[in-house]
Amino acid sequence: MDSISRRNLIKGIAATGALLGAGAVGGRTLLHDESPESLVPFFGKHQSGITTPHQRNLRFVSLDLSTTKKDDVVELLKRWTLLASTLTAGSVESKQASYDSPPVDTGEVLGSASSNLSITFGFGPTLFQSEDGVDRFGISGQSPKDLVQLPALPRDQIIPGASHGDLCIQVCADDPQVSFHASRNLIREAFGIADLRWAQAGFLGKFAEASHTTTPRNLLGFKDGTANPKTSVAAEMDADIWIDDPSEPQWLQGGAYLAVRKIKNIVETWDRTSLREQENIIGRTKSFGAPLSGGDEFTEIDLKMKNGKGEFVVPEKSHVRIAHPDNNAGRKMLRRGFNYDDGSDFVGRTSAGLFFMAYQKSLSKNFIPVLQSLASQDALNEYISHIGTGVFAIPSGVLSRNDFIGQQLF
Amino acid sequence: MAKIRNVSIVGIIILSLALTSCAKRSDSAASGEQIKVTSTNSECKLSKVEYPAGNITFSVSNEGSSVTEFYIIKEDGKTVVSEVENIGPKLSRDLIVRLNGGKFFAVCKPGMKGDGIDVPLTVTGGTSPLSAADEAALKTASENYAAFVLDESTTLVKLTKEFAATFLAGNDDLARKLYPDARMPWERIEPVAESFGDLDPRLDLREADLETGQTWTGWHRIEKDLWPPATGYTQMTSAERVAATKILVDNTEELFNRVQDLSFEPFQMANGAKELLDEVATGKVTGEEEIWSGTDLWDFQANVEGADKVFTFLESVVKNRDPKLASQLSSEFENIFTLLGKFKTSTGFTFYSELTQDQIKEFASAVNALAEPLSKLTAVVTM
Repeated sequence: MDSISRRNLIKGIAATGALLGAGAVGGRTLLHDESPESLVPFFGKHQSGITTPHQRNLRFVSLDLSTTKKDDVVELLKRWTLLASTLTAGSVESKQASYDSPPVDTGEVLGSASSNLSITFGFGPTLFQSEDGVDRFGISGQSPKDLVQLPALPRDQIIPGASHGDLCIQVCADDPQVSFHASRNLIREAFGIADLRWAQAGFLGKFAEASHTTTPRNLLGFKDGTANPKTSVAAEMDADIWIDDPSEPQWLQGGAYLAVRKIKNIVETWDRTSLREQENIIGRTKSFGAPLSGGDEFTEIDLKMKNGKGEFVVPEKSHVRIAHPDNNAGRKMLRRGFNYDDGSDFVGRTSAGLFFMAYQKSLSKNFIPVLQSLASQDALNEYISHIGTGVFAIPSGVLSRNDFIGQQLF
Repeated sequence: MAKIRNVSIVGIIILSLALTSCAKRSDSAASGEQIKVTSTNSECKLSKVEYPAGNITFSVSNEGSSVTEFYIIKEDGKTVVSEVENIGPKLSRDLIVRLNGGKFFAVCKPGMKGDGIDVPLTVTGGTSPLSAADEAALKTASENYAAFVLDESTTLVKLTKEFAATFLAGNDDLARKLYPDARMPWERIEPVAESFGDLDPRLDLREADLETGQTWTGWHRIEKDLWPPATGYTQMTSAERVAATKILVDNTEELFNRVQDLSFEPFQMANGAKELLDEVATGKVTGEEEIWSGTDLWDFQANVEGADKVFTFLESVVKNRDPKLASQLSSEFENIFTLLGKFKTSTGFTFYSELTQDQIKEFASAVNALAEPLSKLTAVVTM
C-alpha cells in the first residue's frame, strides 16, 4: 500500500502539477511542519484513543455486518488496521490505479495538520450473537462475559437507530475535518461487508492555553471529568481500566469495555434554573468546579460534611454524590465523552447534549450500578434524557502492520 | 491565558448574579454597596460596617477550614433578615439583601456551631416606604397562595372521587370525559404535590418513568385502561379497578390533609411557577404526559393557570421592583392564554394527536417566551 504524508502531497502537486505524481514523493515518515506531538501512535499493547489526551473532536460510527462469512470479517479488520495505521501516521492512501478510477482517498484532509488523530475499534454484543440469537461467525464461545445490552432504565427514551451495533469505531482528532475524513474512509472500506448503522459527531471547547491540562466543560456549563482516574499513571489504568482477567477471553486481555450513552440536555429549562439550583444539582461550583464541600477543583469531595440544619452540604441527590465511587463500591471508570449538537428537535428545541463514553474493566461492576443509581436518584434527570445507548468490547492493541485488530478472536 | 480566562469567568458569574437579582432594575441596585466578608475559623471580617439603606451585596469568602454560614440579623439578635448557607472552605458566595435604616448584626458561623461571630452594622437612612409596602404585599401573597392551594386541593378531592366512582361503575365514556378535568387542579398545584416525594409517584407516575420492580399506580395507570393501546394490553379486571381507584382516592385525600397547614415563602412560590413552565416545556409540549389520552392541553392550561396565580399574587411587588419584568410577564401570560383559547372546543381542548407540527412549535415558542422572564421572578421577590 502506498501512502503519503498529507503535507508532502500538496508539495508533490505543486512540484509535478499532477496528483499521480504524488506517489513519487511519498513515504510515511516525512512530516513537514507537524510536530511529532500531533501524532498519536496507533500500534501498542493497548489501543490508542483511550488514555490518549482528550482531542477536541469526535466522530463515532457504529456498523452492522451485512456478510455472514467469517473470512469477510477478518478481511475487513485487516483493511481497517492498515488504513488506520496509515491515517494516524499523518498520511493518506495514494496509489492511484488510473486517471479513470475514483481517487483512493477522498481528499478532504490534503494539506491538513495530522491533528492527533486516533482510531479505536470495538465489538458489540451482536457480533457474537445476533438479536435473533444466531451465532453468524461461530465465535459466540469467545464472547466477553460482560458484553450484554444495558438494562432498560426509567426515563430512558432510547432511539434504536442511534444505539447498538456489531462494530464501532471511535475516531478522535483536534480537527473535525480530520476525524470526519478518517471515519468516512473507514466506512468506505467496509462496503459489501458492513454498513453504517449510525454516526455521531462531537466536540469540546478550545481552552485558552494547552488544552489537555484543563478539564473540559459540558453543555450544562460545568466541568466534566474532574474525578477521572489519571491516564498518565499506568498503575491507575491497570487498576481500573485495562482488562487482566483469566476468566475473560484471551483477545480481550489488555482491552476494555466501552459504554456509550447519548444524553440529550434540555437546555431551555436548564438555562432558566438558578445558579444556586444548578450547583446543588451538580454538587460542584460552576465557575471553578470545586466540590460544594469546599476547596478547589481537585480537592477531595467531602460527602459527609453537613450544614447547621444537619443537611449534607453536597446535596443528597446531587450528581457528584450519586456517581461518586464511595457510593458505588469504589468503582471507577474513565469518562471520555464529547458534547454534541444535532440542531433542533421536532418542537423547535435545541437538540444537543453529551455523547457520554466511558472505558472500564467491567460493565456489570463499574458502569451498570452507577447508571442504575443515577437513573433512579440523580437530581439532574429533570434536565436530561438518555436517547442513545451501546456497549462494546475493545480488543487489545496491535503491535505491527502484520497483525490486525481482534486477530486472536478469529 | 488560562488564568485570565478563569478570572473573566468569575467576573461573568458575579455579573450574572447581579443581573438576575436586580433584573434590569434602575441604577439603585447597580450602585448598591459591595461589602467583602472574610470568614475564618475565628474571625468575621467585613470591609465596611456602615452603609446607607438600600441593596447591599455581601461577598462572603470562606477562608476557614470548615463550612461556614453568614447571616444578617436584626438588633434583637434573633430575627434573621437574610442568610447564605453552605459555603465550603475556599469558596465564596454573594448575599444580596435590601436593608432599611437601623442596627443589625452580621454573623459568620464557621463550622456552623454555636452562636457564631457577631459584627454590629449600622444602616443609615429611614425605612423606604416602598420596601415596607413590599413586605406587607409579600405576606399577603403567601397567604393568598396558601388559600389557593387549599381551594384547589378541595376541588381535586371532589373531582377525583367523581371520576373514581364513574370509572368503578364501568361508565368509561363518562370517565374519559371527566379524566382531564379532574386532573386540572392537580396540575395547577403540581410543584406543591411534587414536594411530597411519596405521594407524587403513587399518583402521577408515567409508565416510561417506572423503575424496575416498581408498581404502577395513579392517574396514568387508569388513563391507559381508558385509552388502551390497540394490541398487547389486557383491560383491568373489576377487582383491579377497585384497587386502582382506592389508591387514587386515598392518596389524594392524604395530599389534601398534608396541605392544610402548609405555608409558602415567596421564593417557593416563584420557583414553583418556574417549575410549572418546565413541566409544560418538557412534558406537555411533547405530548409525553398524557401519552394514552392525548389530553395534554388540559394539563398545559392548568400548569399555566397555576403559574399565573403566583404571578398575580406577587405582581404588586414585581411592579415596584422591576416594572419592565412585570409588564413582560403580564403580556406573555395573556399571549399564552390567547393561544390556548384557540384550541378550546365544546368539550375541552384539541387532543395532542390532532395538533400539527407547526401548532406544536407555536406552543413551544409561547412557552419559551413566558418561561424565560418567569425564571427571573425568584431573584426579584427574594431581594
